[in-house]
Amino acid sequence: MAGELPFEKPLSDLREKIKTLETLAAGNGMDFSEEIARLEERCKQLEQEMYQELTPAQKMHVARHHQRPTTLDFIQAVFTDFIELHGDRLFADDLAIVGGLAKLNGVPVTVVGHQRGKDTRDNIARFFGSPHPEGFRKALRFMQQANKFNRPIITFIDTKGAYPGNTAEERGQSEAIARNLREMAGFGVPIICVVIGEGGSGGALALGVGNRVLMLENAIYSAISPNGAASILWKDASKADQAAEAMKITAKDLLAFEVIEDIVEEPQGGAHRDLAYTAEHLKAKLWSHLQELRAMTPEELKEDRYSKFRKIGKFQIAQQTRAEEQQTTQLQSAADESSEAAAAGGEASTEKAALPESAQV
Amino acid sequence: MQIKDLFTKKKYATVPSERPKRDIPEGLMNKCTRCGTIQYSKELEKNLKVCSSCGYHFRLSAWERIAMTLDEGQLTEYDTELVSEDPLGFPGYASKLEQQLAKNPNLREAVVTGEGTIGGLPVVVAVMSFDFFSGSMGSVVGEKITRAVEAALDKRLPLIIFSTSGGARMQESILSLMQMAKTSAALSKLHEAGGLFISVFTDPTMGGVSASFASLGDYNLAEPGALVGFAGRIVIEQTIRQKLPDNFQTAEFNLQHGQLDMVVHRNDMKHMLTKLLDMHTAGEGLSNGG
Repeated sequence: MAGELPFEKPLSDLREKIKTLETLAAGNGMDFSEEIARLEERCKQLEQEMYQELTPAQKMHVARHHQRPTTLDFIQAVFTDFIELHGDRLFADDLAIVGGLAKLNGVPVTVVGHQRGKDTRDNIARFFGSPHPEGFRKALRFMQQANKFNRPIITFIDTKGAYPGNTAEERGQSEAIARNLREMAGFGVPIICVVIGEGGSGGALALGVGNRVLMLENAIYSAISPNGAASILWKDASKADQAAEAMKITAKDLLAFEVIEDIVEEPQGGAHRDLAYTAEHLKAKLWSHLQELRAMTPEELKEDRYSKFRKIGKFQIAQQTRAEEQQTTQLQSAADESSEAAAAGGEASTEKAALPESAQV
Repeated sequence: MQIKDLFTKKKYATVPSERPKRDIPEGLMNKCTRCGTIQYSKELEKNLKVCSSCGYHFRLSAWERIAMTLDEGQLTEYDTELVSEDPLGFPGYASKLEQQLAKNPNLREAVVTGEGTIGGLPVVVAVMSFDFFSGSMGSVVGEKITRAVEAALDKRLPLIIFSTSGGARMQESILSLMQMAKTSAALSKLHEAGGLFISVFTDPTMGGVSASFASLGDYNLAEPGALVGFAGRIVIEQTIRQKLPDNFQTAEFNLQHGQLDMVVHRNDMKHMLTKLLDMHTAGEGLSNGG
């Protein structure tokens, strides 16, 4: 099967077997129909088992599939009358970001998103969907325009992250991302964001401050790519699968954390198997969320967005002050130490005494 | 004896000394990280932890910075009770947090927030500490910064944030990432209300902190030599396989590329902050006609 992922191998092996039997049957005139039917049944069963609950690492591979639909695919499939716009008016037209005007069920909206390339040449032109500052500023310009003309904004998130390079740093990568976060928070129009593939780090979030954030079923979203996390934590980027499991990157996890509001269903095997199916489901979700948001005033929309992000975060409230806590731990460790010292025949205490207190300036 | 033996180095056995370096008490002297000059710790403290020889600005903990920046070093601290938890059940996070707490007796997280005065003018401040978990931003850091912004907004006080951070705290993954949006959204409110925010980058400020609140100051300042940027040097070198300039991502590099208003020596920082604050309070109460 074209574009098969490693974990899908058993399935394609089985399909291969069926095909061999079929050609054999056709060539020899032998009857394998019973055998074939049995294998096909097994194939179906395996397919169901396999795709019913993909592991986070498997979802990561589906999300990164080279045939996975991109922002432009979804714009074409979900909207009508798309007019593409270009440039940030400051420096360049970053092709890692695409956007413009379109209609959703006849309603004019601004669409903008990260754009991965379809092949190597396209990928080089689009920096593999990793924007430079001019890309984020291009997106901001489109969104400011939407805000001016009271048009809803729909963003598509699909990037491994902002472009890591000297040119990007020179032109203020941090500032460009930060400004998008602040400006998106302040817009008085509905903003719906959809993570369609990989949502990696600040480069993803720079298009992600919406009233509603949706994710496709197999999309992933995280503070750092699983590969990056693996290389930092375990000094081994090949442990990305392991990191993917630990980092809670799936749509289901993020729904539980209330980081996203809704999940868009994908066909079995992933969005690349059936773009029309995925687009239809996405369109329905976008429309229903947009209907709700269009009923709100600009002030309500801003407040809605603020309160959504304001409440994200998990922490505890300590009962003691830090000083009290220190005291208890000190007492604790003193008690531990004295008992240890007693056990070790007083060795620990002599060691300590060798370094006079006054020496620790 | 052969002639080449003349050139071989003689090998000596090293006998460990009976009294290993007990003579110089630990912490009395300090070696500069950059130029290697050895100086008295007390002298270094007096010089605000700036190397007298090369001007290297040593990294400061939050409390050291508070002591040298706020009047009388006085801070009425906010939100002291917020502590991190392990929301993802991330392998090793809980024990790493405990380590960080044990190593930093005065800190509960990578940021200290509160209010005080600078040059007699009241301010809300947030001061980050790199020694706690590399200053990484998790839920608590995001929440404390957001609450500080909200306090500045409610009390109509100027806000000053001293940043230092390695970036997002990946052990909190998506929740950590969302703190970027949360803090920036709060700053959006402050911005709209006409509130003053001065951001001071200190060494190093990278990743998610640099790409959110730290870059959103009305005035962006940095200490000399501070590393400020989004992606780290190693990541960039690995991705584009290009040699980067030596001064890459330093405060001076950022100033040159228009990302900062000024680079301010630590000795002048308090004075500069006072001057900026004064620009926003002086003349208040005067009617238009004067």
